Amino acid sequence: MAIYRSHVLVCGGTGCASSKSDLIKKRFEEKIKEMNLDKEVQVISTGCFGLCEEGPIVVVYPEGSFYSKMQINRVDRIVEEHLYKGRIVREFLYEESIADQKLKSLNQIDFYSKQKRVALRNCGLINPENIEEYIARDGYLALGRALTEMTPEEVIKVVKDSNLRGRGGGGFPTGAKWSFAAPNKADQKYIICNADEGDPGAFMDRSVLEGDPHAVLEAMAIAGYAIGASKGFVYVRAEYPIAVKRLEIAIGQAKTMGLLGKNIFESGFDFDVEIRLGAGAFVCGEETALMASIEGKRGMSRNKPPFPAVSGLFGKPTIINNVETLANIPQIIINGAKWFKSFGSEKSPGTKVFALGGKINNTGLVEIPMGTSLREVIYDIGGGCPNGKAFKAVQTGGPSGGCITADYIDTKIDFDTLTDLGSMMGSGGMIVMDEDNCMVDIARFFLEFTVEESCGKCTPCREGTKRMLEILEDITQGKAVMSDLDKLEKLANNIRSTSLCGLGQTAPNPVLSTLRYFRDEYEAHVLDKRCPAGTCSALLNYSITDNCRGCTKCVRQCPVGCITGKVKELHVIDQEKCIKCGACMEACPFDAIVKK
Amino acid sequence: MQKVIDIKENVTKFEELSAYIERQDESQGVLMQTLHKAQELFGYLPIEVQKFVSEKTKIPMAEVYGVATFYTQFSLEPKGKYTVGVCMGTACYVKSSQLVLDQLIKTLKISVGETTEDGLFTLEATRCLGCCGLAPVIMIGDSVYGKLEPKKIPEIIESYRKK
Amino acid sequence: MKSLDELKKIRDEAKKNLELRDSEKTTRVVVGMATCGISAGARPVLQSFIEEVQKRHLNEVQVVQTGCIGMCTYEPIVEITSPDKEKVTYIHMDVDKVKRVVAEHLVHGRAVKEYTIGYIK
Repeated sequence: MAIYRSHVLVCGGTGCASSKSDLIKKRFEEKIKEMNLDKEVQVISTGCFGLCEEGPIVVVYPEGSFYSKMQINRVDRIVEEHLYKGRIVREFLYEESIADQKLKSLNQIDFYSKQKRVALRNCGLINPENIEEYIARDGYLALGRALTEMTPEEVIKVVKDSNLRGRGGGGFPTGAKWSFAAPNKADQKYIICNADEGDPGAFMDRSVLEGDPHAVLEAMAIAGYAIGASKGFVYVRAEYPIAVKRLEIAIGQAKTMGLLGKNIFESGFDFDVEIRLGAGAFVCGEETALMASIEGKRGMSRNKPPFPAVSGLFGKPTIINNVETLANIPQIIINGAKWFKSFGSEKSPGTKVFALGGKINNTGLVEIPMGTSLREVIYDIGGGCPNGKAFKAVQTGGPSGGCITADYIDTKIDFDTLTDLGSMMGSGGMIVMDEDNCMVDIARFFLEFTVEESCGKCTPCREGTKRMLEILEDITQGKAVMSDLDKLEKLANNIRSTSLCGLGQTAPNPVLSTLRYFRDEYEAHVLDKRCPAGTCSALLNYSITDNCRGCTKCVRQCPVGCITGKVKELHVIDQEKCIKCGACMEACPFDAIVKK
Repeated sequence: MQKVIDIKENVTKFEELSAYIERQDESQGVLMQTLHKAQELFGYLPIEVQKFVSEKTKIPMAEVYGVATFYTQFSLEPKGKYTVGVCMGTACYVKSSQLVLDQLIKTLKISVGETTEDGLFTLEATRCLGCCGLAPVIMIGDSVYGKLEPKKIPEIIESYRKK
Repeated sequence: MKSLDELKKIRDEAKKNLELRDSEKTTRVVVGMATCGISAGARPVLQSFIEEVQKRHLNEVQVVQTGCIGMCTYEPIVEITSPDKEKVTYIHMDVDKVKRVVAEHLVHGRAVKEYTIGYIK
């Protein structure tokens, strides 16, 4: 194998790829060849580094120099200076990696130093399209040990002892799930990897699949051995083409090396994995709906029991685990349950990956021990809200979760604390909101989402969420009365207790939690017909300030002719006629039109 | 109204689809991927194609139609040359993706789900594209445009009109 | 894949290449690679350090390059830093000297005095 003195890692995750990191990689290769360094320097495409805000990201080893916001025209200088002469190009480095005139390497930067990487340990470090790099990081060692040194019962026991809980949302203990399926006798059992990551704002599963696909395959095989299944399916969103491609490559490589297929490690154990694509239905993240979809049907959920562990896919015993959950498994087998419990909180051991998004400086993926406080995540790792705005709330758990306000910022995050606050862990999306975000509008946004995504099978979810949305629309348009708030709450509680599946049962959460913490904002909309955050356009009025020079540009733009005024004189908007389209505001060259 | 497609003109596509279905014979639950394949070939799922799938796979037409209409990614209508998808994920939404969408509606003079008369653009509000670091984001074809402001929209659209 | 040993063999082979990305290493060999260093022959020196370290499986050693160390007349210059030890600076390095430095300094922890800056000066 050729040995290189320097590695250039270019992020090939979706975030960076969308800002043309592939062209950056190509230019590196060209320039390195031109300078005759191609036998000394290797260019590698990796999975997501996590700090998407600073993308496209390039890291040069052995120094661990972190070049952020890369542009293609910077490549030549980095090759000439850094790779050829050994002079790190300081002005292209990530700002925080220079402190007190000293250069910090990647893992010394605040964003990374607070993290503990288990599920993401290989993301941004190895080439996901090269199985040997995975093996070099002890890949498939866990599977090898399980198959040659452990009984299926022992494997289940380690997972049970680790108290690993499902990272997809509910937090159900993974070991218990496996032990339900193991004793059921059947000619065929199945392992399903749930990669139908539908929560808007969460993208950790995609990053694991893109950055470390073998970890998921290895874990599926281990799960298969534990419960006696010889076939696995990865159900993945069709919106994730890079993840699908890397999975396909990984499956091919694992088969070639005999790490999937027949008689793995000569243990007599067979395991095969097939990819199935979703087609854009959020409800398919629910396990019974997901199985229906793999069977080629409409993705509609059904009653439980029977639980999938008894009668699942094609009527056979089936285990469904989320991507991040699976990515933890090989590490637990290698390092043991005790190791896994050495970090995280007592009832929720281990780490959790969160996708930080919204009004936060360092958007991206972070993996932290459970029990880390919200404050550390938002301020120390996330860098707080941009433009000096005040932090208002953080939304966790997507359409099934709720908001946590600034008052609870010192909460230590785990499955149970979030549920106690009326939110939930969900898959780990964390959307930060500042003072400019209207909480009623956010609740309306999530309800609109659930209404569209309801499969339509049970009445509370199909009809109830629609009625809730109507009330919320009335509130944001200033048409609601106070009794509507009670109606909303009652409806929400009914839907929560009577819906068939998790989608309906959790759909009211965004409304209930905002009603709990931001009732004053609801009341301002209803009573004063006012949106305190300045978001709900129906409640805002456009007006012209003294900055107006009378250029008449707005008059020409207004579609309803509600602006009057002479040339070079202050103009006025007729509030009765105004349709609040905002065309005048865009047209004004003097920023004289305000909405409030 | 359902579009009618000319079966004679598309005979090679039907042959390819037929070959694909025969290759899948061994596995179970193949309807979803068959429809994915069909949409890849035809660009959408006209009723004739659904009938063809039904006959070949021996899955009742009602079921094929049911699946084709259940999932948002399957389309029964032909799409424009470029699909403009506005990300409506939460991260984009809190960063005002609604204003971006409003601007696109104005610029393209169509509503969400419609295609422009010249057949160039189809406008869609999509689910989270997972580029939350670049919010708000739109996707035209395979290209992603991030950190958008509504006023950049007309210029971007114009660049596609000129292509 | 037949056995755990076979997997471990593949792992150990593949590890060599990946070690470069491990920033936990303790001993650093720094080769001055500015224009002056390169023209004085720093490139083959760097290359042979990498090869020697690789050959001898010196897992804790990291070979890196740096810019101008500031004493152009002594190039090629190599600095070796290890924990709890003073930095050793070698000057006028060449490929043959590298082999000895690796064998004596990196493997046995004894600096090669006659190549160091203090001795030659």
